[in-house]
Amino acid sequence: MSKEGTHQIGQRLLPWLPPLGLIILWQIAAQAGWLSSRVLPAPWDIARAAWKLSASGELWQHVAVSTRRALAGFAIGGSAGLLLGLATGTSRRLEILLDTSLQMVRNIPPLALIPLVILWFGIDEAAKLFLVAIGVFFPVYLNTFHGIRSVDPALIEMAKSYGLSGWRLYRDVILPGATASILVGVRFSVGLMWVILIVAETISASSGIGYMTMNAREFLQTDIVLVGIILYALLGKLADLAARGLERFWLRWHPGYQN
Amino acid sequence: MDINARETHAVASSAEGGAALSLHGIHKRYGEREVLRDIHLDIKPGEFVAIIGRSGCGKSTLLRVIAGLESYHAGSLDFDGTPAAKSEDTRIMFQDSRLLPWKRVLANVALGLPAERYLDALDVLTQVGLAERRLDWPARLSGGQRQRVALARALVHRPRLLLLDEPLGALDALTRIEMQTLIEDLWRTNGFTALLVTHDVQEAIALADRVVLIEDGAITLDQRIDLPRPRARGGAQFAALEERLLQRILHPESTPGGIRLRPLRSTLVA
Repeated sequence: MSKEGTHQIGQRLLPWLPPLGLIILWQIAAQAGWLSSRVLPAPWDIARAAWKLSASGELWQHVAVSTRRALAGFAIGGSAGLLLGLATGTSRRLEILLDTSLQMVRNIPPLALIPLVILWFGIDEAAKLFLVAIGVFFPVYLNTFHGIRSVDPALIEMAKSYGLSGWRLYRDVILPGATASILVGVRFSVGLMWVILIVAETISASSGIGYMTMNAREFLQTDIVLVGIILYALLGKLADLAARGLERFWLRWHPGYQN
Repeated sequence: MDINARETHAVASSAEGGAALSLHGIHKRYGEREVLRDIHLDIKPGEFVAIIGRSGCGKSTLLRVIAGLESYHAGSLDFDGTPAAKSEDTRIMFQDSRLLPWKRVLANVALGLPAERYLDALDVLTQVGLAERRLDWPARLSGGQRQRVALARALVHRPRLLLLDEPLGALDALTRIEMQTLIEDLWRTNGFTALLVTHDVQEAIALADRVVLIEDGAITLDQRIDLPRPRARGGAQFAALEERLLQRILHPESTPGGIRLRPLRSTLVA
């Protein structure tokens, strides 16, 4: 392997050095008895708990339920945000009509709606979907609106003078011009999606990762609680990678995204 | 007729030729400020006219009015004797290339083109010498290459009137001369009417049949250039003409004869 190749692998591994070091320190501290296993079980114990949970299939069931909720809520809230953002971004009249109301609703933290949501939907699936959808809606909506409004007017003028109008103008100029901003909203809301789902699941659920951790807390299974927390971190990272993949693909024309 | 033109596959065929353009008493205001006053201009089919003037004199506004990008308050604008330009016969090239960064070079050239004429885009791209860059993103091109793509994008529609709004202003001197040659060649093969706004007197003399000077929103000079083409920039007549025009722009009051003068014509016929 060439020197450059090894250098590249080194570059790849570098970001993982701090967490790895932390885990080793943690393991040493736990084994030396400085940490009570009630407070913080050793990494090795957590790994064992994770292995046991996944071998029994219980873990995957919870992960599947949570992922489904997250994606469904994101699909609903994200597409609503995209459509409304496109509408208010394109039409001044719709902006005047809707924007004030949306800005008011935006300032309500979605989690503050939990009591109301439980009254409406009980602890049903719909409650979780509703909360995730509401939380995801606003980042997508705001960034779509902003993206549409900040498309270079010189390009629109050019396209119109070259005979583009209506849907073709939208498809060839306005939508691609807004994509960078829309994707910022998507990345932001993908992070928010997990945060809201976790809270919703810990408060009211009978399945999912949040339920699994709350259940484990009742039985003082700190290792399983930590498995849940680590799972959220991994799933969040995965969702962010997916969003970045979309950026790489849709913005491949952009000098800032060419490697 | 239309079908024949397509079958011969001559891109921007000269069969249709250039458009005649005539402006009568065009006035335009921005608020209280008058930017164009009483503009009269007759341009023959296939003629190459350059509009020069200091920045802010209204020359770009005039071009935008002709392109239909700006309205005007009084006067009339005739395109081949009929009022108002048909937009599919007029194409404008801007100072910044205004390529869509998210479309590859070929797709940019084909913008607004019906699907069945997509191949024409490649032909015109070949004419401007960029066929091998057809799949690149515009961000990968140099400034001069972008303007060549923009030129191809304008020409693929076979315009009968090509409007050029300082298209070479941002280019370096060598690229600019290359582009001037390219524009002149394409104009001679395709036979469209060309209207070039520029602040570069040398560029105007090198390319145009007529140089029109706009000062403070009004036409103050309409000068024929009868030098043989292609025009060598070093020639004595070229230099003399350039000097006179520059003096005229810089010191309007010192020129004998005041506003409208066409004194050079007889001396400059080669």
